[in-house]
Amino acid sequence: MAGGPVAVTRHLPGLAVAALILALGLGTLAAVLWRGLAEGAGAALGPADLQAIRFTLWQAILSATLSAGLAIPVARAFARRRFPGRAALILLTGAPFILPVIVAVLGLLAVFGRGGLVNGALVWAGLPPVSIYGLQGVVLAHVFFNLPLAVRLILQGWGAIPAERFRLAESLGFGPAEVARHLERPMLRAVLPGVWVAIFVICLSSFAVALTLGGGPRATTVELAIYQAFRFDFDLGRAALLAGVQIALCLGAAALAAGVARPAGFGAGMDRPLPAPGGGVWLRLQDALAIGAAALFLLLPLALVALSGLPGLTQLGPAALAAAGRSLALALASTALCLALALPLADAAARSPFGRWFEAVGLIPLATSSLVLGTGLFLILRGQVAPAQAALPVTMLVNAVMALPFALRAVLPPLRDVQADYGRLAAALDLRGAARWRLLVLPRLRAPIGFSAGLAAALSAGDLGVITLFADGRSETLPLHLYRLMGAYRMEAAMGAALLLTALSLGLFWIFDRGGRHGAATR
Amino acid sequence: MIRPISTLTALLLPVAAAAQDRPVLTVYTYDSFVSDWGPGPQVETAFEAICGCDLVFVAAGDGAELLARLRLEGATTEADVVLGLDSNLTAAATATGLFADHGVTDVDFDMPVVWDDPMFLPYDWGYFAFVYDRTRVAEPPADFPALAASDLKIVIQDPRASTPGLGLLLWVKAAYPDRAAEIWQGLADNILTVTPGWSEAYGLFTEGEADMVLSYTTSPAYHLIAEGDDSKAAASFAEGHYLQVEVAGKIASSAESDLADRFMAFIVTPDFQSVIPETNWMYPAVTPPGGLPAGFETMIAPVQALLYPPGEAEDIRDEALAEWQAALSR
Repeated sequence: MAGGPVAVTRHLPGLAVAALILALGLGTLAAVLWRGLAEGAGAALGPADLQAIRFTLWQAILSATLSAGLAIPVARAFARRRFPGRAALILLTGAPFILPVIVAVLGLLAVFGRGGLVNGALVWAGLPPVSIYGLQGVVLAHVFFNLPLAVRLILQGWGAIPAERFRLAESLGFGPAEVARHLERPMLRAVLPGVWVAIFVICLSSFAVALTLGGGPRATTVELAIYQAFRFDFDLGRAALLAGVQIALCLGAAALAAGVARPAGFGAGMDRPLPAPGGGVWLRLQDALAIGAAALFLLLPLALVALSGLPGLTQLGPAALAAAGRSLALALASTALCLALALPLADAAARSPFGRWFEAVGLIPLATSSLVLGTGLFLILRGQVAPAQAALPVTMLVNAVMALPFALRAVLPPLRDVQADYGRLAAALDLRGAARWRLLVLPRLRAPIGFSAGLAAALSAGDLGVITLFADGRSETLPLHLYRLMGAYRMEAAMGAALLLTALSLGLFWIFDRGGRHGAATR
Repeated sequence: MIRPISTLTALLLPVAAAAQDRPVLTVYTYDSFVSDWGPGPQVETAFEAICGCDLVFVAAGDGAELLARLRLEGATTEADVVLGLDSNLTAAATATGLFADHGVTDVDFDMPVVWDDPMFLPYDWGYFAFVYDRTRVAEPPADFPALAASDLKIVIQDPRASTPGLGLLLWVKAAYPDRAAEIWQGLADNILTVTPGWSEAYGLFTEGEADMVLSYTTSPAYHLIAEGDDSKAAASFAEGHYLQVEVAGKIASSAESDLADRFMAFIVTPDFQSVIPETNWMYPAVTPPGGLPAGFETMIAPVQALLYPPGEAEDIRDEALAEWQAALSR
């Protein structure tokens, strides 16, 4: 292990990325706070804010625990079963994560809403209907959004257990319980805390979902309190303070997870395919049930949204296509930027003695209030450039940074494995710099990089991207087009745009993800 | 790498090269005003035909975000005119000290209230109302207590995040100054949910999730005129309906002061006003000579218009919000 100046220069790119994230997350917050104090507001939190913090924490803990917990059996089933359509199913069940919020909410309501399928069935069976509105709805929606992410990340963890270990387990006559104890639990101990924290932090900054399904002011989240401070009271000091609370909660959770997580330490394998899945009827049934239930839960709302979008497709004009083109270009640019930021940061997190710090910094974008981020950027950049001119680079940068935590989550665990398994060999061969990336890291990370790029592209395409302060009202993206259709009473056309957007996002995700896995599978 | 980047820029910034030598008038407005279906495009064409200028709309969220942006920018704002604040925001807008008197006099407004604000010029108005589907709700409630007593489910918007949401808050408060908390407690079990904005709420209603949605008395006109669907209607409430008046104001520090004056005067002319009904789906502040489009005459005509004067709305909203939060948090 090289120490001193060499170690510092090696992590320079990672440090630069970390500095950029801190500047975006904390610098913008400071700018808003500064301005708030200049306006003469004493920043203080009221009882309503504390209530909002309590509710936010509670729903985020529930949502993250349920999402991560439910994802384990689903990921395990996907890991040990091979069946026709498996790849397509994995892809499609990932879709909720990249849906625009209002579309996903409408899909969920078509199943669980007042007039949804579930209540229809309950009434038919003579049972009292259930209400989705309230804490249960907020958690349900958050699980719907985040279960796919958890499944994919945990599935990746399963894939990282070398096939040799499973073969060994088989030849030693391990049953499911022993496999779980010696292979699966250590893997989960390494992967699960990071997954939990990522989802916890996503749910921390929830705004529209929590409000729409929360049923009223009981379900006030911190992000909504920030909105209120900004647009209702124009109290920038309080907005910044609340945004700071959000980031503090995020870092607290990251510290907690870092304390729980342990590297699995399976050692390197030969990258051979997994042995044919064994297990009796009971195990097969269990897996089929897990996959079936998850598919039903995730795909039914999606299918209903797609169905209601079909008639609206014909109402979309050239403006929708132009918007789709703009979203596509924006997504590709953001993806490239996201990878360029994520890889150096992940490398620093995997190899630096301060790795946990880099990892924690990588979570900050998730906890950043988009309202405070936009306002802070506006305050900082104003006077340097015209806001409308900055709209494109700012949106690109913000989208890239917002997707970075997911890329980091996907790339970091395998990168740590590479370091643990091949780090000494690479050092002995004096494999450094670009050659190390080209010969060692990139080939072993193709799949997670493809997955990250897919996520970044899909998230960027589906993001409203409206940091409204920078919007010039002219260069319309597809999500903005969708919201404008809704705002102009054109619900049917809006659902058509939603279908187009979902197809675009999913298509982007599929191409990148497949590109990554294809390369990985042919070795 | 130069080519891909420039292609990208060309794709994303389609309107960089506007006319160079014509003066530019910058008008800040809310997002739905400038959308393809909003009044923006037609207003731009009509004004540019007579002004010899380039009218540029800058869209910033909704009315409240518009005001927040102005406050952030202060006296250095690029705006010459701000269009899209509503009567609940004008007191705060006046307090910024950024606005000048509009100087448009002798206008014969067609509005249910007397308007004599020298700083903010109305361009359209509407009544808040609960909109329902005639095929699903046979007998709509006739007032708030009747709504509270019914088992109808309504969707409303959050007053902290949405302009109509704030309108409902003030509606209840204006109709029941001393009983607002009680009315909200009665309504609590009728409120299916509260959404961040109008679009989400209206979407939930049209998807059939809720029986009624807080919108405007003129919302059914869209369905009638644009879709040929007469099933939507607004429930007429005996207490009267709260008014939303949308206004424009001229920025005092505008570098294009004369042009801004001309635009303010243009706002109340038929060329601007005739665009409003079928794009913003509101009533024009001055009915154009041709009258309102066919279909508008079928909209309900509230017996009484409720509206707090600007200063009072500002003072009363914190109290009204606290009552709302307390009643719905039980």
